[in-house]
Formats: sequence, C-alpha cells, structure tokens
Amino acid sequence: MMVTEITERENLYQEAFRALQESAPDPRGSWLARLRENAMESFQELGFPSTKDEEWKYTNVAPIAKVAFQPQTTATDQFGAKELASFSIPEAEASQLVFVNGLFRDDLSSLTALAKEVVAIDLSRAIADERYSEIVRRHLAREADHIAQGFVALNTALASSGAFVYIPRGTVVEAPIHLLFLAAGSQTASFPRVLVVAEANSSATLIESYVSVDAGQYFTNAVVEIALEDGARLEHYKVQRESAEAFHVATTVADLGPNSSYDSTAITFGAQLSRHDIKVTMDHEGAECWVDGLYLVTASQHTDTHSVIDHKKPHGTSHQLYKGILDGKSRAVFNGKIFVRHDAQKTDAMQTNKNLLLSNEARVDTKPQLEILADDVKCAHGAAVGQIDEDELFYLETRGIHHDLARNLLTYGFAEEVIGKIKIDSIRTQLDEAVLNRLNARLEA
Amino acid sequence: MLEIKDLYAAIDGNEILKGINLTVKKGEIHAIMGPNGSGKSTLAKVLSGHPAYQVTQGEVLYEGKNLLDMPPDERAREGVFMAFQYPIEVPGVSNAQFLRLAYNEKRKHLGEEELDPLEFKDLLKERAKVVEMDASFMTRSVNEGFSGGEKKRNEILQMAVLEPRLAILDETDSGLDIDALRIVAGGVNQLHNAENAVILVTHYQRLLDYIVPQFVHVLANGRIAKEGGKELALELEQKGYDWLKTTGSEASGVGAQTS
Repeated sequence: MMVTEITERENLYQEAFRALQESAPDPRGSWLARLRENAMESFQELGFPSTKDEEWKYTNVAPIAKVAFQPQTTATDQFGAKELASFSIPEAEASQLVFVNGLFRDDLSSLTALAKEVVAIDLSRAIADERYSEIVRRHLAREADHIAQGFVALNTALASSGAFVYIPRGTVVEAPIHLLFLAAGSQTASFPRVLVVAEANSSATLIESYVSVDAGQYFTNAVVEIALEDGARLEHYKVQRESAEAFHVATTVADLGPNSSYDSTAITFGAQLSRHDIKVTMDHEGAECWVDGLYLVTASQHTDTHSVIDHKKPHGTSHQLYKGILDGKSRAVFNGKIFVRHDAQKTDAMQTNKNLLLSNEARVDTKPQLEILADDVKCAHGAAVGQIDEDELFYLETRGIHHDLARNLLTYGFAEEVIGKIKIDSIRTQLDEAVLNRLNARLEA
Repeated sequence: MLEIKDLYAAIDGNEILKGINLTVKKGEIHAIMGPNGSGKSTLAKVLSGHPAYQVTQGEVLYEGKNLLDMPPDERAREGVFMAFQYPIEVPGVSNAQFLRLAYNEKRKHLGEEELDPLEFKDLLKERAKVVEMDASFMTRSVNEGFSGGEKKRNEILQMAVLEPRLAILDETDSGLDIDALRIVAGGVNQLHNAENAVILVTHYQRLLDYIVPQFVHVLANGRIAKEGGKELALELEQKGYDWLKTTGSEASGVGAQTS
C-alpha cells in the first residue's frame, strides 16, 4: 500500500516536472531548464527529509510524502474579486499580486499604486522579458539551496509561477506590495517562488500572505529569495493562515548588502503542519536585521521555525524575537542559530524565544544557539516556556474581569509584543482580532 | 456594609489571622495598623479573594451577602476594590483597554449599557484628573515601566473609574514621596463619600495625616489588639508597636508570621 502511494506521488511530481520542461520554449538549452533538471535530480536523491536528519528531528513530514498531491500547472479561473475581498489589505488594494494555487492571476491583481519603475510581475513573465531575465538569472536559486534541501529542490524543479519584485536604485515604494497566495480545491500542491531584488538605497514593504477559500487538505511549498543591495531597506511580513488541514513548508532566504536593513515578521496561525526556514546572510558590513515571529497554534497543529542569522562581516546588528502561544495538544519547535564568524567584529546580536503554554498537553522544543568566533561582539540569547502568570491573573480579576476573559487578555498581551510592531494598521487589527477569536474559540471548545 | 466575624485565615498551612472581628459602615474610613507580620496585608488579600489564602474559620458579610463565597472578579463587580501594595505589570495590554474592559464588566453586571472606546475616553479623561495623570499613561501597558509613585496613582485611577462601595488600600503610602502621597491621598478623599467606605491598611501614621480615619484598629499577631479613634494612630507614632507585645497579652504566642 505504502509503496503504491509513494509511487503515485512521485509520478505526479515527475509528470509535472516533465510537462514543465516540455512547455519551456528552449527545453534543453535554457539556464532555467538546466536549473530545474538539477533540482529534480537533487530531489530524487534527497527525497523528503526524515526525522533522522538533525534539522528535522522534531518535525515528521511523512504525512506530506504519503499524500498524492497534484501539482497545479494551469491557473484556474475560479474566484473573482468578491472572494478576494476578505483577504485583501486596504493599504495594498492597488499593489497586490494574486496567486491561486501558486499560479499568477493577472485578472485579480492590481498594481496601479506602484510607480512605473517598480516591477512586480509574474516570475515566469520576468524570465521571458529580456529587460529582467538577466537580473533573475543572477539572483534566482543563488541563496536558496536546492542541492542540499529537499523542499527547496522540489520547489525549484516545479515552480512555474511566482513573483518578481524589483525596486530600482533609490526608489521609495510607499504602498506595501501584497503577494496573496490563495489555496483552493483539495489535494493540490503549489510551489510559489518569489524573488525580490532591491537596489541601492531603495525602500519597500512586502506582505506575503497564505490563505484558503475552502478548508481542504493541500500542500504549499514556497521559496522566497531576497537580495538587498547597499543601503536598501525591506520590511517583510509573512502571514500564514492556511486551512486547518493544510501542509505548509516555506523557505525564506535574505542576502543583506552593506548597511542594508531587513525587518521580517512571520506570523503562523494555520496549517496542521507547518515549517518555516528563514536564513539571513550578512556578508557585508553594517547590515541590520530583525527576524521576528509569532506562532499561535491549537488542537493538534504542529509548527516548526528554523532560523539562521549569519554574521560574516563587521558591524552587523541582528534582533530576534519569536513568541509562541500553544493550546490543545499542539506542538511547536523553535531552532534559532546565530553565527558570528571570525571577521564579524562589533556584531550586536540579540535573540529571544518565549512560549506561553495554555494547556498541559501542549509542548514546545526550543533551542536557541549562538556560535561566536569573533572576540569583540555583544551577543545574548534566551528562551522561556511558561504559563499564564497567576499574579497577573489575580490582578485583573480583582478589577472585575472574569477569569476566562482575564486569561485571554493576558494571552493577547503576550502576542502584542510581536503584533504591536507591525506598521500596517489593517494587518495589525486583523491579527488582533484573529488572536482574540482564536482565544474565544478555545473557550467554547 | 462589611461585617467580619471571628475570621481565621492561613497560607501554606500557617495561620495568620486568628479571630478578626470588624464592622465597617458606609461613609466610614477605617485604618488597620500594626507591625510587620501582624496580618494586616493578609486581611486585605483575604477580603479581595487571593487564591493563596485559605479561610479556616469565621465569616465575612458584605452588604448582607457571604463575601467569601464569591470569586475575586465577582467581589469586584459587586463593588469591592483593593489597591495593591505592589501593583502588577501587564505587558501588551494598554491602560485604557484594561480600564474600559473592567469598567464595562461592571456595567454589564449592573445591567447597564457598555461604553464604546470614544465614550470611555471622555470618562477616563475626567477621572484621571483625580490623580493628576495625563493622557500618555493611558496608551502605555498597564503599570509597565511605571515608577513606584505612578503605579500607586494608577491604582487610585482604577478606583476612580470603578467607583467601589468598599475600597481597601493595602500600604498605598509605601514607597511614595511626599508629593505623590499628597496626590494619592487627595484622590482618595475626592472619591470618598457618604455612600462608600474605605479601609486603609498602613504601617505608618503618615498617610492618616492626609486621609483621616474615624476608626483605628491595631493588629498584632493575627488579632485586633487595640481599637480607638484617630488619636490612637498618633499614640502609635510616639510609642511604636513594641508595647503591644505586652498589652495585647491574650494574643501572645508568636506563630509563623508573614507580612
């Protein structure tokens, strides 16, 4: 039985891969075709990671390998503006790229708020456009490792659509650019691929959100690559609100130029199993990053964040705050590595992971790691796992606030440290509401 | 309003209160004084329903109802308020959010309509004058990063918003400089009227120069050792608490003590 399932699954990925290669204009010769070929070979060698792999010790992806998900190759014309309304972000109404099952939907996208020098288009279109193909070629699959990482390999082999965001030198983009990934249907697999290139002294905000229209089981395997040149600034929000049955595996890699600034906030609410790998490489002087996140899980959800912040050059600064709220029998993994290489003198690195357990059956495995090879640095890290503070609870109760409401208020306050830093009002409000709704749902259960 | 009858209470098996009797009528101000470890803070915590304390004997009637049967939040909605000796910080929850929630919980309890954020803002602005707090305190997280004096003023602000019938102030004067003490005491005096009552728990007479009680009760070793009018506080100021150990002889036998 098992063998049949795996064969079927592999056939589906293989078939999609061949179809993709055959549809390419110059199947053999193009760099893209070769990249895909290599990636597919890697995937066939690596397969999906197993719990024997140290990096996947606490996260078993066998359920993903077991299901015969169908990679999507042609965009559906399901859904109109109406269905989208509830997922749109008012601040980005006219700077929004919409994808259904990972495939770009021109008709649902709107980019009128963006200046004409700013490029935000379907990645496949960028590859075909001679104005951008060189830029894509220079950056695509450079930081994301399709040779050693199975999920990245699979995405690289099968991604046929995605977003290419290009901010030219000195351009300040006011409107946040929203990449809205909508999942629809059941047993589908989607492979969103995003490439962001921000040239010197540019500034932009990117929102990456994952939602579903129906509650089915599906698989999202996303890869986002970000290259920031000298003095570029990017604010990046990833909001994962996949369906409760979904599988979500995402890889974010950011390469920071000199004096650039990357501010990432990753919010995880959805999916039965989710994994986010985020890697920030600081191979130039004076770069600064914030790598923050909040995961809020319940029932039997499992979420895993693996982060790497790699200080390679002097005068880099990194800040990391990840908070987790776990209820029911949920489980979370946080593994945060910070490397301070030999040359990275005057590095300032601060890492914190705090977890709030709302139930006795929830469990978190947290592992902050600092590896310091330079001798003149300021680094600190810490992790905490705790429950609602009894003194705080009593204090609220003595003000007439019901026990359950007081618990919710304290939980909300715990999340607020991350949510509060979000600079886009409507996202912050939405998340506040989502947190409170989640908590109310818990009370009813 | 409040009748405490032969009240015994313990924490972790150690008996702290050993037969307290006290009656408070509306319009009155009572001071509970006593040395460290006499049980005065324990009395305040038992009245507010702190879960760490067990009542082992006796009863407390509030407005004729059994106070000890009510969970702490219900006591608060019924009009009992305790200002904490060490107010708790609540990160991530703004003072305004917290106060509105507490205020509306009480309104709901009384069958009144809740106030929306704008309506509440007006009310809060008005009440904040009582303790001379400006608007910047309302958007900050509850007590987070507040100085000792600001925390105590924030307690009295909560009292001003919630309008309790019975307010218990647990060592509200501790850690206050003279200006903050004057503001806090002034706030309590403005809020006190013929329909409510105040119990001041304090170690020092100093507070009573500003908030003048009609009755002073001195606790020693878990019992009321001496009672009198406001002049008793002055007597304590002169003599200290040591003499109680001899005159309060029936309360002798030093048990486990905590403050």
